[in-house]
Amino acid sequence: MTDSRMTRIALAVAAPVLALVTAFVITSVVLILAGDDWLGVWGQILSWPSNRTMVNIVNSATVYYLSAVAVAIGFRMNLFNIGVDGQYRVASFAAAWVAGEAWLPGYLNIVLALLAGMFVGAMWAGIAGLLRVTRGVSEVISTIMLNAIATAVVAYFLRKVAIRTEGSNIISTKPIAEESRIPGIPFLGGEIYGFVVVAVLVGVAYWVVINRTRFGFDLRAAGQNESAAVASGIDVKRMILVTMLLSGAAAGLVGMPLLFGQDYAYGSTFQSGLGFAGIAIALLGRNHPVGIALGALLFAFLDQQSNPLQILLDVSPDIVKVTQGVIVLAVVIAYEVVRRYGVRIEQRQVAAALDAETREKEVSA
Amino acid sequence: MSSTTTAGTAPVGSGDVVVRLRGIGKTFPGVIANHDIDIEVRRGTIHAIVGENGAGKSTLMKILYGVQKPDSGTIEIDGEQVSFSSPSDAIAHGVGMVFQHFMLADNLTVLENVVLGAERLHGIGDAAREEIRRLSATYGLDIDPDDLVADLGVGARQRIEILKVLYRGARIIILDEPTAVLVPQEVEEMFDNLRGLKAEGLAVIFISHKLDEVLSVADTVTVVRRGTTVATLPGDSVTSRQLAELMVGSELPSPSTEASTVTDVEVLEVADLCLPDPAGGRPLLSDVSFAIHRGEILGIAGVEGNGQAELVESIMGMRPAATGRIELNDGDIAGWSTRRRREAGIGYIPEDRHRQGLLLDAPLWENRILGHQTRRPNVKGPFIDRAGARADTERIVEAYDVRTPGIDTLARALSGGNQQKLIVGREMSGEPSLLIAAHPTRGVDVGAQAAIWDHIKQARREGLAVLLISADLDELIGLSDTIKVLLRGRIVGTFDPARVTPQQLGSAMTGATEEETQS
Repeated sequence: MTDSRMTRIALAVAAPVLALVTAFVITSVVLILAGDDWLGVWGQILSWPSNRTMVNIVNSATVYYLSAVAVAIGFRMNLFNIGVDGQYRVASFAAAWVAGEAWLPGYLNIVLALLAGMFVGAMWAGIAGLLRVTRGVSEVISTIMLNAIATAVVAYFLRKVAIRTEGSNIISTKPIAEESRIPGIPFLGGEIYGFVVVAVLVGVAYWVVINRTRFGFDLRAAGQNESAAVASGIDVKRMILVTMLLSGAAAGLVGMPLLFGQDYAYGSTFQSGLGFAGIAIALLGRNHPVGIALGALLFAFLDQQSNPLQILLDVSPDIVKVTQGVIVLAVVIAYEVVRRYGVRIEQRQVAAALDAETREKEVSA
Repeated sequence: MSSTTTAGTAPVGSGDVVVRLRGIGKTFPGVIANHDIDIEVRRGTIHAIVGENGAGKSTLMKILYGVQKPDSGTIEIDGEQVSFSSPSDAIAHGVGMVFQHFMLADNLTVLENVVLGAERLHGIGDAAREEIRRLSATYGLDIDPDDLVADLGVGARQRIEILKVLYRGARIIILDEPTAVLVPQEVEEMFDNLRGLKAEGLAVIFISHKLDEVLSVADTVTVVRRGTTVATLPGDSVTSRQLAELMVGSELPSPSTEASTVTDVEVLEVADLCLPDPAGGRPLLSDVSFAIHRGEILGIAGVEGNGQAELVESIMGMRPAATGRIELNDGDIAGWSTRRRREAGIGYIPEDRHRQGLLLDAPLWENRILGHQTRRPNVKGPFIDRAGARADTERIVEAYDVRTPGIDTLARALSGGNQQKLIVGREMSGEPSLLIAAHPTRGVDVGAQAAIWDHIKQARREGLAVLLISADLDELIGLSDTIKVLLRGRIVGTFDPARVTPQQLGSAMTGATEEETQS
């Protein structure tokens, strides 16, 4: 491992640490200004979680992780897929409907439903990709709009296929049969989603494809410098479309742990907003599969640890949204500061190495 | 190398010297952007600064406008030595700049745009409106402060930009390529405005590479080449041909020609290549035809913007609208994608390495893969072969003398010359049969320049066909076996570099004497 690589790793760690410290300071200031027991809040949040909370953290992180990977795929080629939120809801609904219809038995039904979810997610994101490639519509705008449309489309179709629970206003798709559910994995006396295995596989696949394949190289090159990518022979338009499809397919998996491990149906109470958390976590994790995992765990940890705040200290758990928000803002700034610093260090290293070389030549001459 | 000021006498319409630059130098890592710049601008004159792209005009103006600090030399404004650390310092001393790209808010009125950021001067109400009317009348700018900018044309917007700097009290106005965005009638109107400014005793510094325009309006012309001022001439006694020669000139080490290695095996044949202008104007390329043989270097000369970039991009397959026949090794490649053309053996040294040649934030070994990401040793099947690519990057670094601490260094950290040597090494690998080199030594230091020339000559000896585009006539004459001149998208002349003079090329490039060019 060379020096410049070591420096780069050290700098990569420095930025999130800096951001975390900033976030804790600012959150503390908010708490103090509001006259809350800020030490008590941190005492609760930073306490060692109970086993039950641990299980919840892992479960919640699994979902966040998938969402952030979906966003990160787009980020790697400079595409801002803000639409993961809509994509996973459309996909979850489609998968829930397919799984509920139970055309295939047992695990085959799960596979079919997952494929259906990924396909629908990819198509929903593909609309934005197609608009960008053919008409130059910014994917930021189109995916945000597609989020709103997704809400309406899902509500419409849900009403078409839904069954109503007796004596309640909640409607949902047909529940998935016992035999087509994904069993949990025992963990600290509780059970975590079996889907955590899939999430890990998705992370590995993401890393391999992006970093080790020709396709991944093309994708990163197109993201870093579009005109150089064109000159190197990459069909950038095709890459944009394919990247959006992949990002959408990954987004299609976001709701699956909930669907097959907890809710077993898609209904009006299905968890929403996961796509936006994914954007923040992808930024925090620098689009790196391990970084994203740590970011997802951190966000899940803050969420779960803040739940009892209301009961214990009469502080709204929403305070951690402030922390999370500041983390993301700070991390964006910190990465930029650290990047510039890194470039300067590297230029100095280059200059130093060249000076040494010149001196050697002079001595030997 | 010292500047050779050929104008001894004061130019027409001169007054006191208001700007005096002496020995200005500016170095970026590995690149000398400016050195020994000497310029004197007089009150009540229009002073043009001309030079090819990359000659150092922009850096010079950034220094004068306080965007960048010079490493050496002095700036005097009205006889007082100054040191600007920001554009506001420059404005405080009466130096204003009008950028090529307008900085106006469409949905605001002229008044609002002008007072934005200068609210303290005359407020934002009637006093400011009155001042704008006064300036507009004094300098003949014809601007109504209450017009909405969105309703105004390009010419009027440029006058607002000029008015903005006048409003801030500028007595010395720098215009960066002001005619680039204007149609011919607007250019004439703008020149009238500039004459108005001059008549009121202001000094106008006008940056351009369009020689005819420069000559029609400038009282004094300073030529910048390779980062330094090479001549200052009175505008009324110089011809565009002389200026062209000075701009591309002959001084630094020039590549020496070697024995011909030209064979009769055609590598690239281009026939009737046309490229329409997407905006509907004159075609970017019209009926361009030529052939390059094994062991031949074909040089393309021309003033920048006459179709060179379009020609290269058409051959590379980056211009789908191009029509005509392009044959590589006797196979028609006209419908092929860029990737397929590269795989078929075209190496490409792009004119702007930061834009088209490198991933600046990626390590050198990943940059080795760029453009060659379907071939060994970079890939094995669908996977990147890290070991192979890294080993081959080490080879390039060694063989092409890329000065770097290692192959994990980011491309951004290298100097321009070393970045370019990496690109040359990369494009020469994979046994290309055709090398396209667009301005291969632009913005690189003298050492790297000589090395790159050697590599191109080596390529020729090894039997490559080379298409060389350059704005540097010495480079073209020294390296090429044949030189063709591109003017307004057409080939207007073919020259034997052994017999042609820079003067002949210069006049063909400007189209001044088209009948003489068929030598």
